[in-house]
Amino acid sequence: MYAQEVKSTGKGVKSLEEMEPQERAFQEKIDADIKIEPKEWMPEGYRKTLIRQISQHAHSEIVGQLPEGNWITRAPTLERKAILLAKVQDEAGHGLYLYCAAETLGISRDQMTEQLLSGKAKYSSIFNYPTLTWADIGAIGWLVDGAAIMNQVPLQRCSYGPYSRAMVRICKEESFHQRQGYDIMMKLVKGTTEQKEMAQDALNRWWQPSLMMFGPSDKDSVHSAQSMAWGIKQNTNDELRQKFVDQTVPQAEYLGLTVPDPDLRWNEEKGGYDFGEVDWSEFYEVLKGNGPCNAERMAARQKAWNDGAWFREGLMAHAKKREARKVAAE
Amino acid sequence: MSVDVKTDNALFELTLRMGDNALILGQQVSAWCGHAPVLEEDIALANTALDLIGQTTLWLGLAGEIEGKGRRADDLAFLRDTRAFRNALIVEQPNGNFGQTLMRQFLFDAWHLPMLTALKSSADKRVADIAEKSAKEAAYHLERSEDLIIRLGDGSDESRRRMQYALDGLWPFAGELTLADEIDAALATRGLAPALADIQTQHVERIRAVLKAATLKPPEGAPIRKGGKAGMHSEHLGFILADMQWLQRAYPGATW
Repeated sequence: MYAQEVKSTGKGVKSLEEMEPQERAFQEKIDADIKIEPKEWMPEGYRKTLIRQISQHAHSEIVGQLPEGNWITRAPTLERKAILLAKVQDEAGHGLYLYCAAETLGISRDQMTEQLLSGKAKYSSIFNYPTLTWADIGAIGWLVDGAAIMNQVPLQRCSYGPYSRAMVRICKEESFHQRQGYDIMMKLVKGTTEQKEMAQDALNRWWQPSLMMFGPSDKDSVHSAQSMAWGIKQNTNDELRQKFVDQTVPQAEYLGLTVPDPDLRWNEEKGGYDFGEVDWSEFYEVLKGNGPCNAERMAARQKAWNDGAWFREGLMAHAKKREARKVAAE
Repeated sequence: MSVDVKTDNALFELTLRMGDNALILGQQVSAWCGHAPVLEEDIALANTALDLIGQTTLWLGLAGEIEGKGRRADDLAFLRDTRAFRNALIVEQPNGNFGQTLMRQFLFDAWHLPMLTALKSSADKRVADIAEKSAKEAAYHLERSEDLIIRLGDGSDESRRRMQYALDGLWPFAGELTLADEIDAALATRGLAPALADIQTQHVERIRAVLKAATLKPPEGAPIRKGGKAGMHSEHLGFILADMQWLQRAYPGATW
């Protein structure tokens, strides 16, 4: 999942009694698990929060092409190259469905792109880390897509119809992505000493950033309550993070890899793992733009957009000419 | 221990040529992933690259089988050096700007489709089967690339200028695709592959029709630049291979 720290514009959660009839009817629908559709009335805060969340999610898919795309030309076999291409292509496709879902809320794709390129809109912190070895492609599939699924499965039940339906499609593809990532890791740990070291090194570098994908700790997450009341968010950040750790640690053990956390231990009483505190100062630095690859990611997106201006304008010019010819012929 | 196997050399060359064209072009197109001018193009180019890499697996798999020395598609893709590659020079030309990438694709697709269509009737069933599957993909690639060539050529002044520039630069490389050598002649005689003169007619006709609609003009009197089919490449190929083969070369014998 790729939306962290989405600002909710609601001013505290209202009770049904405090609401005007229109808003109350809207909230009752959400409470009854009835989807909200594009043309129906919705509070402005709901619309704005969704636009922020969906566009942040879409931007993450788009920027997310870059760290993995970095290895397409160097993939070690034809099959790995094809799988990675298909995966990155899926991500672009996810970006497309999500932009379409956001457009139903009254914002255009160009506006969203402009917000991304100007730095106004955010994307997930995870994509600001570098992919240094082939094992990083395995680790991203396994951990990053694993974390994304954890977050996105509940979003299939999101109260907003178009977002919820986009998530159903996306989730199917993400689980394939996670499996292929784990498969890369399996091959590496069964391989040479150097390959095993490569796998462990990737886990060491991607573990903490993956935990950060769920967003700040609940005690510091100021926007959750309203989003949960609106059915945009179903679980708290800490709940999902715990679930992710509980699922992933046994997978690491199966691979014979060590999770880089000295505080990690099974807690029988809670039926889950205890784990060390995430380095939140690093998280906030990355969000501010000071991560290892923020500048490169933005530069790549800006270059793609700026270098492609003539292409987009050329197609528009052709469409106008064709229209003019059609009119002249009539 | 090497086993003395008699390789059908002409057939081996055919499969290498088809496979290497698909591999090198697929490799180059795949580098656009995440960097295209619009999202739809990111998706379409990834799709094209994916098709080409899929075709590579089939052609080079068959090449290894024909060679009979136990080399698999991956060995041929990742462990041959420049001089052993048999792709035409056009596919190793740099991506350049998006217009150059599209023009290279169009000139290639306009050959690829008639070539694959003819190979469906190859006397070798394995060749015919690969062609059958690949021709469907090539038809889609050509439909897409020629549509974009027309729209950008007959687009804004700037897009027209860029497409004409791309055409001027790439035109000399188009001819090699249909220039027959002794191997092509032998293949045609045995009914394994079409006579390239027939493919050339179709290639040229298609290109002329599309360029006309695109208001673009092929440069006059440009000599054909050739050599790739015989293993005489441009300097670009070495860098493409250095990038593509790096992991296999850096960790010899590892499986991925």
